[in-house]
Amino acid sequence: MPVRIWRKPLDAEKIKVKKAEVHILKNQCKGCGFCIEFCPKQVLETSDELNIKGSHPPKIVDETKCALCGFCTAVCPDFAIFTIEKDCKEGC
Amino acid sequence: METKNKAMLSGQHFMNGDVACAEGAIAVGCRFFAGYPITPATEIAERMARRLPQVSGVYIQMEDELASIAAVLGASNAGTKAMTATSGPGFSLMMENIGLAVMTETPCVIVDIMRGGPSTGQPTMPGQQDVMQARWGSHGDYEIIALTPSSVQEMFDLTIEAFNLSETYRVPTFLLADEIIGHMWERVNIPSAKSIKVVNRKKPVTPPSEYGPFKPDEDLVPPMACFGEGYRFHATGLTHDEYGRPKTDSAEVQQDLVQRLCEKIRRNSDKIVKVDRVLLEDAEVAVVAYGIASRAALSAVRKARAQGIKAGLLRLVTVWPFPDKQVEEVAQKVKALVVPEMNYGQIVREVRRVAKETPVIFLSKLGEEPHKPLEILDALGEFRK
Amino acid sequence: MTKKQLEMKHPYERFLRKERMPHIWCEGCGNGIILNCFARALDELDIDLNNVVVVSGIGCIGRISGYVNADSFHTTHGRPIAFATGAKLAKPELKVVVISGDGDLFAIGGNHFIHAARRNVDIKVICANNFVYGMTGGQYGPTTPLEAWTTTTPYGNIEQAFNLVHLAAASGAVYVARWTALHVRRLTESIKKALQKEGFSFVEVISQCPEIYGRHNKMKTAISMMKWFKEASEVRNFSDPAKADISPSRIIVGEFVDVEKPSYGRLLREMKAKLQTE
Repeated sequence: MPVRIWRKPLDAEKIKVKKAEVHILKNQCKGCGFCIEFCPKQVLETSDELNIKGSHPPKIVDETKCALCGFCTAVCPDFAIFTIEKDCKEGC
Repeated sequence: METKNKAMLSGQHFMNGDVACAEGAIAVGCRFFAGYPITPATEIAERMARRLPQVSGVYIQMEDELASIAAVLGASNAGTKAMTATSGPGFSLMMENIGLAVMTETPCVIVDIMRGGPSTGQPTMPGQQDVMQARWGSHGDYEIIALTPSSVQEMFDLTIEAFNLSETYRVPTFLLADEIIGHMWERVNIPSAKSIKVVNRKKPVTPPSEYGPFKPDEDLVPPMACFGEGYRFHATGLTHDEYGRPKTDSAEVQQDLVQRLCEKIRRNSDKIVKVDRVLLEDAEVAVVAYGIASRAALSAVRKARAQGIKAGLLRLVTVWPFPDKQVEEVAQKVKALVVPEMNYGQIVREVRRVAKETPVIFLSKLGEEPHKPLEILDALGEFRK
Repeated sequence: MTKKQLEMKHPYERFLRKERMPHIWCEGCGNGIILNCFARALDELDIDLNNVVVVSGIGCIGRISGYVNADSFHTTHGRPIAFATGAKLAKPELKVVVISGDGDLFAIGGNHFIHAARRNVDIKVICANNFVYGMTGGQYGPTTPLEAWTTTTPYGNIEQAFNLVHLAAASGAVYVARWTALHVRRLTESIKKALQKEGFSFVEVISQCPEIYGRHNKMKTAISMMKWFKEASEVRNFSDPAKADISPSRIIVGEFVDVEKPSYGRLLREMKAKLQTE
């Protein structure tokens, strides 16, 4: 077994991990499921909720897992989901 | 695009009809030509290829007539006066996008130097076989404007008129000449640039947020924004509302749109239609003719008068919209109408529709030669007292 | 949903004609992704929308011109490139972008494509290649793969398909790329490159049509088509476009051409300038 050496980065105190806000515009969703399927962090899952189009929009499982990669924003054919960096000026 | 006045012609010139057409276009501000070589309209393209770059314009030879008319519509929507020129086979290829020009109310001028058809027919021979195609060639209900020059001078003058009408009514406008008028050489007087009447399309006065590209004024013609002017308009060949939004399932929008596209021309036909009346005051028989056939008709009428026949000529400068009133007025006064055409019976149908009870004698001519004055005179001879 | 979330606007909303949303495209259609990537490209390049003209033809993606909040024209079937050529030459300061489908650009409009590329007219062509005529209910077209089932190839397609990137490269395009609708970042980068480049630029997007194509060809959902893109795609930048296959097992994607060549517009301007000084 190789020895695993863990060390704390020197600038760990200065660097803040960005936190994400995932926004779902439920009524624009047609329910294709791309955002759920191709999210690298499994942030989303299908909801039981029906929107005005009769589709099941995604729901957020765990927003803290979102790495802000923006793939869901880009791959959504219906402009129904986007992520932004959380405003943490006053603490998150 | 900037115009260099030094490149504008004026004064007397000896030229053929195709060249006169090109010069008329340049004089009225046409700065874009897209075309495809075809006899007997090629000389228009050749002249434009030489002249347009001199006046900062664009000449482009497209891969076919489908592309030529499409490029013309693109240029016109970008704010440039644009034209193309062709003959029968090319004219047939343009029909679909002529419909798009009608539907999107894109001003443009289409010159058709008519030759013998159907199909490839007689490329180097004259004809007047496309007048109905100009009117009805694209699908759906619509109205267009078509002018029929009968001299080289008119090739110049009516090209200017065609652009002015097209810009005024936002409608494709046709110049229907024939091989003889296109290739014939005559003297042309080109007035000074200042004295040439130039009409430009109405521009919107509303801010972009309120602008509807198909929202008409009282004259039924909507003001026209062009690409890059900040209006961010949308146009489509689909049935659309006043804001250019597709409405493919609304009977009401379809009704209103088609009606307006037709009525903007019909209601303004008094302003559009031009005819030339010769010796009609006391005429007992009248020739109704246009284009090349009207030249022999004029000669025949004069000869008839010399023989004591009270003949007159109604020369149609505008064939579309059809001069209903003007033809009807003559038909009511005379015993008969004579219609010579270089086809197998096209405008004569319109004359018969309007003439009602008045007999109409049709003189068809197909092939190389235009009507001889004597042939028309023969028809008039029946009305010798 | 919190009040704050209700008020949130999508970052690309300003690129869309909001009153026309939702678009007409089916659930999971690649056209929406193309529109999304196009909006992102415009956003990242910070292009003045007043100078952009979007021209489209007929077919599902033809509706895209009506959704982009720029000057736009929905032309007849097959003619957007010819229309765009006229618009660009008449007003060279415009960024003229044609977005249309494989049938529109390569069947009925194929001649215009090769000639615009040959002339090197400074227009950008984005082609949504979904292998089928979607709007008319799924007939085969110039890009339908051999053996595919469509409503007009009920016994399997026996026609060879066009290789669009090869055709574009051979015709003289200065920029040629192919991505699938799953390659959203690289697709956006290619659209950005095309927008910035002088000359005829072509971006092919292999786009899923789950309703009309996929479900008849062993891919029942949009996700299964996207998974095909994921599994089959092989990035081969600047490889020979002649060998850029599309098959069930392999989709060659990448940038294939990026060369410099004076555009038609530039040569025209130079000719006119020369005439003025003579």
